[in-house]
Amino acid sequence: MLPLKLKPETFKPSRRQFLIGAAATGAGLSISFRVPGARADDAKVDPNPFNAYVTISPDNKVTILSAHMDMGQGCYFGIATLVAEELEADRDQLEVVGAAGNPKFYGNLAWGGVAQGTGGSSAMFSSFDRYRKAGALARTMLMNAAAAQWNVPAGEITVEKGALSHPSGKQATFGELADAAAKELVPAEVALKPRQQWKLIGSEDFRRLDSHDKATGRQQYTIDLKLPGMLTAMVAHPPLFGAKVKSFDAASAKAVKGVVDVVEISRGVAVVADNTWAAMKGRDALKVEWDDSTAEKRGSTELFAEYLKRADQPGDAVAANRGDVDGAMKSAAKVVEASYQFPYLAHAALEAMNAVAQKNGDTVEIWGGHQMPDLYQAIAAQVAGVKPENVTLHVMKTGGGFGRRAVTDADIIVEAVETAKAIGWKAPVKVQWTREDDMRGGRYRPLFVHKVKVGLDASGNIVAWQHRQVGQSILVGTPFEGALVKDGVDATSVEGVSDHPYAMDNFRSEVTNAKVGVPVLWWRSVGHTHTAYVMETMIDDIARQTGKDPVEYRRTLLKDHPRHLAALNLAAEKAGWGKELPEGTFRGVALHESFGTVVSEIADIKMDGKGGFKVERVVCAVDCGTAINPDQIRAQMEGGIGFGLGSVLHEELSLTGGKVDQTNYDSYLPLRIDEMPRVEVHIVPSDAPPSGVGEPGVPPIGPAVANAVASATGKRIRILPFAKGLAA
Amino acid sequence: MKLDINGQVREVDADPDMPLLWAIRDVVGLTGTKFGCGMAQCGACTVLQDGVPIRSCITALSDVEGAKITTIEGLDGEVAEAVQTAWTNLDVPQCGYCQSGQVIAATALLTDNLKPTDADIDAAMSGNLCRCATYHRIRAGIHEAAKMLG
Repeated sequence: MLPLKLKPETFKPSRRQFLIGAAATGAGLSISFRVPGARADDAKVDPNPFNAYVTISPDNKVTILSAHMDMGQGCYFGIATLVAEELEADRDQLEVVGAAGNPKFYGNLAWGGVAQGTGGSSAMFSSFDRYRKAGALARTMLMNAAAAQWNVPAGEITVEKGALSHPSGKQATFGELADAAAKELVPAEVALKPRQQWKLIGSEDFRRLDSHDKATGRQQYTIDLKLPGMLTAMVAHPPLFGAKVKSFDAASAKAVKGVVDVVEISRGVAVVADNTWAAMKGRDALKVEWDDSTAEKRGSTELFAEYLKRADQPGDAVAANRGDVDGAMKSAAKVVEASYQFPYLAHAALEAMNAVAQKNGDTVEIWGGHQMPDLYQAIAAQVAGVKPENVTLHVMKTGGGFGRRAVTDADIIVEAVETAKAIGWKAPVKVQWTREDDMRGGRYRPLFVHKVKVGLDASGNIVAWQHRQVGQSILVGTPFEGALVKDGVDATSVEGVSDHPYAMDNFRSEVTNAKVGVPVLWWRSVGHTHTAYVMETMIDDIARQTGKDPVEYRRTLLKDHPRHLAALNLAAEKAGWGKELPEGTFRGVALHESFGTVVSEIADIKMDGKGGFKVERVVCAVDCGTAINPDQIRAQMEGGIGFGLGSVLHEELSLTGGKVDQTNYDSYLPLRIDEMPRVEVHIVPSDAPPSGVGEPGVPPIGPAVANAVASATGKRIRILPFAKGLAA
Repeated sequence: MKLDINGQVREVDADPDMPLLWAIRDVVGLTGTKFGCGMAQCGACTVLQDGVPIRSCITALSDVEGAKITTIEGLDGEVAEAVQTAWTNLDVPQCGYCQSGQVIAATALLTDNLKPTDADIDAAMSGNLCRCATYHRIRAGIHEAAKMLG
């Protein structure tokens, strides 16, 4: 969820003798297309796309090493599609596994390639050339190997569905040629297919690889890992953010059958047991005294009051400023003012946080949802007291994520490594959080207040827009602060406001970074979760106050933004905007760009006659550049709409006296099936490079529904979630 | 104590107060049944007890002695097969973590009601949380499975 938009490095595979990866296996010596252990110690080796990205084994399996972690968003499948398109592999021979440990191979090109990471909906952008080239190189080397063996020109060889053939009748599988191909020179240049020849990219028939495993319970996650002798640990965390262990009495915890050890770690006290239930009971029995002298003790009510007051004053930093806002505001015929309140939100992924650590000789191995592997490797090495190259990360698929697995202090990794170390590395240790640990564990979408003042002239045109935000910065205080926070502006706070597309001559975006002891983090679509809501409800409000159609009004402000216009027009056309609606049904529109993808959503709500409503249908139009997997784009829009709808309807993570009020799904309320609307997704045709889809479906749904509610009732909901805002 | 899981009776050495979920996962070693909340709020731990869906995270081992427990690994029959085929054909799962529970709940629904409406589905499935919000496809998957079952 890092919102970095750095210029991608040009990818240039070097011409050099291909390194043969020789790995001894039980079946003898198997030669594969990969140097085993593409790790930090190989960093001086020039990136050879082939040895880091694709393995073809003699048993005809094609294993693709993904630079990005799959938390459900489907990037493994997207990357497999890119490789298979150029490699001409068969779907049944494909497998994708997570890779980690060398930014030269796996650095995210949307972040300038400097570090490996998954976030900011950037996996397809970063992978589009990299993985197609890897597939094309592998295919070319297979063809060259076949040409040499068969003594025919490579140009006469056809590659299809994982096999090579020659008109003479000669044929071979990838597996049969794997050894020979590995000894071929790596071509310096390789041509990629023109898009007219694509068979898999953009196909409706090429389907996701892991659905069957997930429908049959076979998919393995970190929680499912069982290593020989492994112990499970539960960590007692401080009840307030910033509190520390003063003392603890382990006697009653140790008396629980199955509890093996009780150890203090930097983030609390770990109870280590031979099964999960024993660890839970042991932790319940544990007595800890906490020192909360430096802990955060304010609650949400106090924070909102402070932020609202602060937003009456100019912000500490200015994110955008053009024209003369103050002068134009003075001459405005009418001034519209509004203030908004957004609560903390929890990621609440279904697989609660976990990680497994063990030490074998000099090497520390860590299994988990490694969303920022280079950072985790460095931190784990420091904690374990080994060199970074002696930390091996095993990237697991995770049961959701939504940003929670990209943590700059590597919280769960640190807990696993510290616990395993504290028991003398005598066994592999799985640290497993409960739902309550997860919900109370911090790293929330920050609580925010926006105050907006808009000046209109006599005809209702916007002449000035002053936008103030108060909230915690996600990046201040992290290793990314120096590079990414400029003059006090954290882009993750103001993205979507400071760079909005609407035509305005006089515009100012201000932000004040609040200092609060509650840890915050990127949460699926980050700043856009609140900025889109404010921008899209304000624009809608101005349209209605000045008697203009909300879609038509947006069109007039977006003349220079063809991608925005195209998405808006497609959604409006498919939804039947402007047509009469059934009695009791009302409609709202929103449009927002995030992470390079433009999404417009139109929501139809049905009023229940008692002041309540149900969202019945959502029409979504998305421009994410080249559509690699159209059905997965639809899936991410559908899911993003449900995820975003739940967040505005019911979700709130509140604090009282510094303590989190919600501890489980009985009080923190993500969307359930009975509130899920029908969703139709339409993809804007595009030849542009792909941008992401994991996050951009989320921001527009809240304002689209809020605008429908305003259309039905005249009420503007400006305190979130709706359950609160409707009553306000 | 003895536990009948997926038609196999096993001797399980565990505290009688251990939730069935942890016995299935940690003691028996079947990991398709998932831990989500520990208080019957999310449905990720759904298994069948004598054919009826229950939440294994709040069911003590001592309460299921003698009962027939079916987990996702042992789920079979025409209805389950149709559900799992529909789930695969429509690519219902995203992260997949809740889907064992969703598939078991959908199988139980279709076993009782071969032609469920959207409202029937919403009523039967609202105890199964999907944080990826794959609900749109869960509904479609159940309709698709119903169609296959004719």
